[in-house]
Amino acid sequence: MSRYLRMGALAGAGAILATALGGAAIAQDQVDIEWWHIDTNDPGLSLRQEVADEYMAEHPNVNINITVLENEAFKQKLALDMQAGSAPDIFNSWGGGVLAEQAEAGMARPIEDEIADWVDTMNPAAMSIYQVDGVQYGVPYNFGLVGFWYNKDLFAEAGITEPPATWDEFLTDVQALKDAGITPIALAAGDKWPAMFYWAYLALRAGGQAAMEEAISTGDWTGPAFIEAGEQFKRLIDLEPFQDGFLAAGYNADQASTMGNGKAAMELMGQWAPGVEVAESESGQGIGDALDWFPFPTVEGGAGLPTDVFGGADGYAVGKDAPPEAVDFIRFLSSEPIAERFGATNTGILPPTEAAVDSVTDPTLQTLLQKRAEATFAQLYLDQATSPALGAAINDAIQLLVAGQASPEDVAAAITDAAAME
Amino acid sequence: MAVTTSVQRQTRRRRWTRWSTVALFVLPALLVYALFVLLPIAQAAFYSLFRWNGLKPLTDFIGLANYERALSDPVFLGAISHNFFIILLSLAIQIPFALGLALLLNRDFPGRAVLRLLFFAPYVIAEVIAGIVFKLMLTPDGLVDQTLDATGLGFLTQLWLADPDFVMYTMFFIISWKYFGFHMIIMLAGLQEIPREVEEAALVDGASRNQSVRHITIPLLGPTIRVSVFLSIIGALQLFDLVWATTKGGPINASNTMATYMIDWGLRRSQLGYGSATAVILFVLAFIVALLYQRFVMRQDVEGATTGGPG
Repeated sequence: MSRYLRMGALAGAGAILATALGGAAIAQDQVDIEWWHIDTNDPGLSLRQEVADEYMAEHPNVNINITVLENEAFKQKLALDMQAGSAPDIFNSWGGGVLAEQAEAGMARPIEDEIADWVDTMNPAAMSIYQVDGVQYGVPYNFGLVGFWYNKDLFAEAGITEPPATWDEFLTDVQALKDAGITPIALAAGDKWPAMFYWAYLALRAGGQAAMEEAISTGDWTGPAFIEAGEQFKRLIDLEPFQDGFLAAGYNADQASTMGNGKAAMELMGQWAPGVEVAESESGQGIGDALDWFPFPTVEGGAGLPTDVFGGADGYAVGKDAPPEAVDFIRFLSSEPIAERFGATNTGILPPTEAAVDSVTDPTLQTLLQKRAEATFAQLYLDQATSPALGAAINDAIQLLVAGQASPEDVAAAITDAAAME
Repeated sequence: MAVTTSVQRQTRRRRWTRWSTVALFVLPALLVYALFVLLPIAQAAFYSLFRWNGLKPLTDFIGLANYERALSDPVFLGAISHNFFIILLSLAIQIPFALGLALLLNRDFPGRAVLRLLFFAPYVIAEVIAGIVFKLMLTPDGLVDQTLDATGLGFLTQLWLADPDFVMYTMFFIISWKYFGFHMIIMLAGLQEIPREVEEAALVDGASRNQSVRHITIPLLGPTIRVSVFLSIIGALQLFDLVWATTKGGPINASNTMATYMIDWGLRRSQLGYGSATAVILFVLAFIVALLYQRFVMRQDVEGATTGGPG
């Protein structure tokens, strides 16, 4: 053979060999999944990485890239990304109107068909929060309610023998705590949404399901239930029950840490509160057994039922370009054994996976699970139930009320004005 | 005739070569400037005429409604007032302070170089880091409060960043801490250019140190001071990073600046049309201030103080 022919043959053989070897390596297409979550603390932080690693071990062609962000930073970064036209494959979502906007913009994609065979293992009320026009766009991993987490020791110090059942009793207890020299309430009014919880719950107690649903659908927030909510909240604010610097306080750094360090008697927060308190406390232990829970008090003459709850879910939404493996990973995360591991951390994750409910062993969290099961109506967080702009306006208006710079009527009017601009 | 034409042609060619050389060197920078500054400004002006959440297509044309809304929003007007508050305080306190330091550090004494370094160091730190560190130090019962208590100055403690009435003063302090070194260095550079003979002559003529500084040094430092003031004003108008990292414009909008307002109401609430309108207002404001300043205050410097000129 001529020299050139020989070289050509060798090159050709080499190329075929390379392709064959390379081809074997990429026989199954490599899939990359971008996962953004907000569990900045252990045990959640490590558990999520562990679970991702386990999935990757079972599916060698899948690579899961995790980005962990703090709550507010996550919302901002996600908004920026979506405005630039891209979305991570799996990202945290609280459902409701925000998810609807993301879906309408084409940034989140429906997963109805892909989850059809396991959708009935999940709590239906929780799943409904992640539906847009009846189509499933996300899957919850935590579904619970907001209530008062309180420090039993501090309550005892102030001479309070049992948690208040009505709003009037609650205000009396707050005064008792103040008189005992204890900061009654830790509030992160700087982040705004923790303050919104009070107003929303009072409105729910005063007006019930009917008033809430009507306001959200008509955009008229000036009904008597909302004015009363403002007035009742103002009675609390006038007692000056919050920690120093509450107007600029953030949830993680200030509210949760104040509770975790035993410096305040109570906080109105969702079911994740125990975990965050422990993580943000100086000792890393939180207040341990002194932490207990009582449901939001009733309001006299209110149309709402004591079993109405205000709360919501944390869950996964699926980005527009997400591969089917992303949805399969969510199935993996929501499966009973994995969901049980999350519940078993007893940090306040109440799995919506029905079969995993027993994994939560902490007695206080079991109380929440019971309340969740008994709930007659669940109102989703207002800044998630509505659009980002309206949600922000609601939070703004309530923050002004907390600062003493707006009246209950001002709040109702401001929210209605913002709703009119939608 | 033939000679003149050839000379004319030569001059024209020389001029063309000169201009083409200039263009060649300026073009890349001009291109970058057009792409990253002029084009976004034009885009912002365009978007500001729409209601747009950044995700849907641009279909909702609303004319100047965004501008009306911004200029009638008490929060935005408050933000503008905060910007001017910083400008006023900077001119009244920060610049004179930097000038004083520069005058002091112009004399030779042991440790001068170290002091200059120390004073300039804050400028080098990233604004976000400075903001976060101050935020941590100024938490209620935090480092600052505890230090004051420990040294018997407990009565001075405030809700540094949580009191809506006090937060702007705290912000001014943080801004001054960050930038006074920068202004000091600029003025030091200006002072170095003043010939020593002038000052010495004044002293020989019987002027006191004070008189010499007031009537000789500072006027000669005029152009530098005017540049410093200009940078300070424009910096105060654009103020964002420090405020965002420390208070995010809070509490209850008490430390908002035009830029934090733009990010909060525009970007975070997905109201990009409205955000663009506030951005355009900020741009126009800064542009007018810059133009007026250049025309009336810096005119003499720009044209050359010694050539007199029409001013």
